[in-house]
Amino acid sequence: MRRRDPLARKGLLRRLPQAWRQPLAVVGGVLVVAWIVVALAAPVLAPHDPLAQELPRLAAPGPGHWFGTDQLGRDILSRVMYGARVSIPLTLLLVALSVLIGGLLGACAGYFGRWVDETIMRVADLVFAFPTVILAMVVAAALGASLTNAVLAVLVVAWPAYARVTRGLVLGVREREFVLSGRLLGFSVWRSLRVDVLPNVTGPVLVLATLDIGTALLLLSGLSFLGLGAKPPSPEWGAMVASGVEVFDSWWVATFPGLAILTVVLAFNFLGDTLRDALDPRTARAIKERAL
Amino acid sequence: MHPLARFLIRRILLAVLMAWGITLVTFVLTNLVPGDPVAANLGQRALGDPAIVAQWRAEHGLDKPLWQQYLIHLQGLVQGDLGMSQQSHRPVGQDLAEFVPATLELAGAAILVSLVLGVGFGVVAALRRDRLSDHALRVLSLIGISVPTFWLALLAFYVFFYRLQLTPGSGRVDVALGLAPPVTGLQTVDALLAGRWDIFASAAGHLVTPALVLALYTIGLLTRFTRSAVLEVLGQDYVRAARAKGLPGRTILFRYVLRSALVPIITVAGLAFGSLLSGTVLVEAIFAWPGVGQYAYKSATTLDLPAVMGVGLVVGIVYLVINLIVDVLYGVIDPRVRLQ
Repeated sequence: MRRRDPLARKGLLRRLPQAWRQPLAVVGGVLVVAWIVVALAAPVLAPHDPLAQELPRLAAPGPGHWFGTDQLGRDILSRVMYGARVSIPLTLLLVALSVLIGGLLGACAGYFGRWVDETIMRVADLVFAFPTVILAMVVAAALGASLTNAVLAVLVVAWPAYARVTRGLVLGVREREFVLSGRLLGFSVWRSLRVDVLPNVTGPVLVLATLDIGTALLLLSGLSFLGLGAKPPSPEWGAMVASGVEVFDSWWVATFPGLAILTVVLAFNFLGDTLRDALDPRTARAIKERAL
Repeated sequence: MHPLARFLIRRILLAVLMAWGITLVTFVLTNLVPGDPVAANLGQRALGDPAIVAQWRAEHGLDKPLWQQYLIHLQGLVQGDLGMSQQSHRPVGQDLAEFVPATLELAGAAILVSLVLGVGFGVVAALRRDRLSDHALRVLSLIGISVPTFWLALLAFYVFFYRLQLTPGSGRVDVALGLAPPVTGLQTVDALLAGRWDIFASAAGHLVTPALVLALYTIGLLTRFTRSAVLEVLGQDYVRAARAKGLPGRTILFRYVLRSALVPIITVAGLAFGSLLSGTVLVEAIFAWPGVGQYAYKSATTLDLPAVMGVGLVVGIVYLVINLIVDVLYGVIDPRVRLQ
């Protein structure tokens, strides 16, 4: 038997369709769908092989290569399209993993309390005590420059936000009658967490995750920009912007991959911002406070 | 004891505890991860010679057990010794003393700009709720938090310096002028202290573009938060009462609304300072700003462990101090906090 907090459930369902009527959410949604289509259909859509060095070098945008070519004679439009296959799935995986790890740890902290809570939350506090890029940079550099390690590094700095939010939400429902009655009926700890607590936590955590996709992509591409993520010749957007630094009078080399990052991040922020507004203003405020 | 004093002492003790935690985290992080500092610092040929490798390890204390290394590290820290940088062959403390002021100047200018513009925009958006200017500011602030800083820095450098030649290029001042005699390490302040208006103008000019680029994210963030904080206060009964008794709009805004909206705004501003420090790593690289961000990047990529630990410690402590100031400001602004 699944039991949710009836009020929270009703509010969420009633307010969600309203969210979609917001123009920002529509723009965000369209942009996200467009990028997913580009990522999936890149082999069909891209006019050139993203790795082939067959065009004139550093050609300005024009017919045949609408975004111009880079210093190795590769088509930038094709590389930006293929870049969506690198950055978007990795960012989504990254956020999913942070939700999973942070959520699980936060739920344990909130549910068990005492030393479990203290240990997990003090570790989270310590991670919060560092500016994210610097900590991620140290982890990425120490693990060795690769895209996988960059993802791990961002994961290290991303999970505590979810741990905090989940802990707060779990604390809020832990003492509620329906949780207690479940425990009295003989639910195991895990069953109680899964059946009674989890459904009341997912909404706000998902909003935070939507807002976090943009931040995660910015961080991941930032690490690649610093040379701590994707290795050449991979068409990763951050690394492409970095290659534009060397030839910055050929503005198109860095501009288009940067625009790609901007539009993806913006799309998810449009969506997340609308979702946050649409949810119960009280929870929305709670999320903001705990997320930061 | 005065409640504010007790509040302060508790917060400072907590900060010291956190600082110790930071030394532990930087140490564990930089030591337990698989990167090998020997491989990062010695050339290929030296690596093949076990004698050289062993000598290098002994020289940097890497042959001792980990807990001993940490105790030595901690003992040094207490005496103000951050170790020797393996790259610059200078004490890390000396390196940091040179680079930290440059970053503080940049981040300080950026946070000032963000506070003025972010809070200003946020108040305007809240007062003109659901009108065109509110919607426009919402879109603008969302764009602000979505722009990749490193890309914007590059674009600004290309457009304003390379194309339009409106702003000076990289670095902190024109090379021809030289640096002002160091007092605070902040070029603009030192130039004023020395009475060198030419250096001040050059330093301020060099500061504008990187500071604005760096500030964009925090402006966006602060606009959003100020808007919701002000809206919340605007709905309170005492604001309605103030309006009902006919107080002028300006008095209501500054005395009643902004004062209590400031508490959440200051929290976010303190946290935003952390994201500014993060941003400096990316912005300093483009503008060749000789700050701690570039130093952090160089030492992280060469696995210069003492330097990395030093940066982690100093940046972590700067962040702690900022949050301590935020906590104290709470107490000053909001008497309820002091009593808790």
